[in-house]
Amino acid sequence: MSEKIYSYTALFDTPNDIIHAAKVVSEKGYTKFDVNTPYPVHGMDGAMKLPTSKLGFVTLFAGLGGAALALLTMGWMMGIDYPIVIGGKPYFPLPAFIPITFEITVLLATLVTVASLLFFFFKLPNNKHPLHDTNYMKNVSSDKYGISIEAKDPKFNIEEIKSLFESLHASVIEPVYYDEEELNFKPKIADPKFLGFLAAVAIFVSLSVYLHMNKVLYMVPFSWMDEQEKTIAQESSDFFDNGSGMLTPVEGTVARGFIPYAFKNKPEKAGKLLVNPLLPTKENLELGKNKFNIYCSPCHGYLAEGDSRLKGSFPNPPSLHSQKVRNWSDGRIYHVIVEGQNVMPSYSYQLSIEERWAVINYIRVLQRSLNAKETDL
Amino acid sequence: MSSIDYTQELSVVEGRPPLRSIDDIISKPLDTKPDKKFYIALAITLTMLTIGGLGLAASFYWGTGLWGNNNPVGWGFPIVNFVFWIGIGHAGTLISAILFLFRQKWRTGIARFAEGMTIFAVITAMIFPIIHTGRPWLAAVYLLPYPNQHSLWVNFTSPLLWDVFAVSTYFTVSFVFWYIGLIPDLATLRDRTTSKIKKIIYSITSLGWRHSNRHWQNYELTYLILAGFATPLVLSVHTIVSFDFAVAILPGWHTTIFPPYFVAGAVFSGFAMVQNVLIFIRKIFNYEHIITKDTLEKMNKVILLTGMMVGYAYSMEFFIAWYSGVQPEVFAFMNRAFGDYAWAYWIMFTCNVFIPQLFWFKKIRRSIPIMFVIAVFVNVVMWFERFVITVTSLSRDYLPSSWAYFKPTLTDASLLTGSFGLFFTLVLLFTKSLPVISIAEVKAVVDGSQPTHEDH
Repeated sequence: MSEKIYSYTALFDTPNDIIHAAKVVSEKGYTKFDVNTPYPVHGMDGAMKLPTSKLGFVTLFAGLGGAALALLTMGWMMGIDYPIVIGGKPYFPLPAFIPITFEITVLLATLVTVASLLFFFFKLPNNKHPLHDTNYMKNVSSDKYGISIEAKDPKFNIEEIKSLFESLHASVIEPVYYDEEELNFKPKIADPKFLGFLAAVAIFVSLSVYLHMNKVLYMVPFSWMDEQEKTIAQESSDFFDNGSGMLTPVEGTVARGFIPYAFKNKPEKAGKLLVNPLLPTKENLELGKNKFNIYCSPCHGYLAEGDSRLKGSFPNPPSLHSQKVRNWSDGRIYHVIVEGQNVMPSYSYQLSIEERWAVINYIRVLQRSLNAKETDL
Repeated sequence: MSSIDYTQELSVVEGRPPLRSIDDIISKPLDTKPDKKFYIALAITLTMLTIGGLGLAASFYWGTGLWGNNNPVGWGFPIVNFVFWIGIGHAGTLISAILFLFRQKWRTGIARFAEGMTIFAVITAMIFPIIHTGRPWLAAVYLLPYPNQHSLWVNFTSPLLWDVFAVSTYFTVSFVFWYIGLIPDLATLRDRTTSKIKKIIYSITSLGWRHSNRHWQNYELTYLILAGFATPLVLSVHTIVSFDFAVAILPGWHTTIFPPYFVAGAVFSGFAMVQNVLIFIRKIFNYEHIITKDTLEKMNKVILLTGMMVGYAYSMEFFIAWYSGVQPEVFAFMNRAFGDYAWAYWIMFTCNVFIPQLFWFKKIRRSIPIMFVIAVFVNVVMWFERFVITVTSLSRDYLPSSWAYFKPTLTDASLLTGSFGLFFTLVLLFTKSLPVISIAEVKAVVDGSQPTHEDH
């Protein structure tokens, strides 16, 4: 046991005595002293002349922060990042956000208040405090009321304090010393044990999430929903005579809205007889641009110059700005879209009739932009 | 005329015990080996828990088709159990937070235990909606907003999602509240224990609490703040649970009376459960002078009050159904009272509304066997209330061709048994591992424990 003194302590038997003692000690001008009681004694804060607690402000800001966080997050998720109309309500349905906003406010305010109380205001956990494991602590945690004046106090003087405590009729008066471990104790975050613990937790959590998401979910019985006794398209089945799980339409069936193409293998005739029914209005050109950029531009390029984004995988198509294509009628281009040409496949499944004509209108706009007439200027 | 002196506060702890004896008696169950009765009780609850575990394993392996849930009655037992257990939890928060704000000193003896029951009840309750998702191992994926490759978010306007936030917040806040209350007691236990291992455990869990008044000052403020938050929180939780029903357009559910009605029902059943368990605790551990008969009588008064609130809600539902003139609404309530589930409805109505009226008599309020039986009735029947609400409305929806009768299966029964098993196992373990009464708070309300300030 080292001889370095931490504080001088006195124990009292009744709450009245301790209130009186705390008053006298604080009136004598001691500041580094503390009262330890098994439960909060009413009126002690005034007797010790403690300032009002500032903890309420922490709660206020944590709560306001929680409310703002909840509202902004929900507003962003449901109104901006992935807007969906639900029940015909606006994208920011405030009444429907109130319950969760309230819950998050309470949650954050509580957790921040308690965390700052324990770790910031109390500087806990601290099991290395000199008062621990002393006779004094064992008594004040049960049925005695103690007062302890620290050696750090500028007015600290053993003889004076001893006589002061005696005049207050303390039942036990004793000094509390540091022990070696407490003297040299410095809390440090970079403790290798603590860091090792953090690393172990991180590895454990990552590993278990990985196993859960990638292995466990594909094990029996968790995977049973993947294996269902239904027949999916392209699968074989004993149910039908032809052994296929999928049936072909009855012969002669025509899909709704299907119009057979009259100029199969007759490009010249198509070019002569087909007439573009769409006017180059703004809406039609917007539609054409949209579809062209989706279906045509991967090979023909956004400006139809033949600068394929799939260069290397597919042969480059020729430019649509050539004299030949510019001289083609709309019907002739329509034929290429429907039937395909060379390596280009038919796009009749991807583009509806209206969309094909809209694309053609857009191609005309592109052609005109590179070969403008003088009157266009 | 009674001769009570109203200028003097009644003492909530009988007989002015010395403070050290409070330490001794409250920590006695922690320091002594459990006796035979404890093991018998634990064996019973663990058996119930095992039954539930088997039912759960079967539901995981073969799927939720083992339950009685059918097409119109998609909610069945799991949701009934969920609402029941969440309701049980509410009494704990009411006692620890609301009565604290009202400065009801009689709460000190029972608050810790009731808070513990809150936590265990919420744990039990949370199981049911999670297994009701069908594939609970994916529940986090359904329920939590997290950035994912579909760039989809959960629907924040759905009451079911509000539930996720309400119940998880409720659990977290209750747990924090409970732990904050435990810290000084754990420090007291740390200083009195003689066992080395216990000393280490208490040192870690008490975080090195020193009973310092500089700490007590902030501690009391925090306790007040937490109580202030827990009070609206507990009201919000059962309000949101009732929104699960009230926001749906089903007749019999779509009513504005649901939030207060559910909260009153929750407090009603929760107090009955706390009273039931406390009657055993005070007897077994000799806490009769701390959990006094006065305390139990006050709890019975709360049961009487909330019972009448629930009775009012039952009657008002019928009145509004008739007064609104909405045909499906009228049908739903006639069907409740006289349809297939009339048996459940009338059990609920008699036991919830009429039987608690016996508490008007002081003799009954103070007779332990009678109050125990009444509270058991309340518990059982409050479960039936949730059954009536959930099942009668669902089984008769707008489309008569889909009407069906709900029949629970053995698996349903095993899950219900298991939930009681889990709850009581946790309660039993709690009584042997932590102080079931707040040592510091009880000391503070013993006569003579506060200064008289006679020098003023």
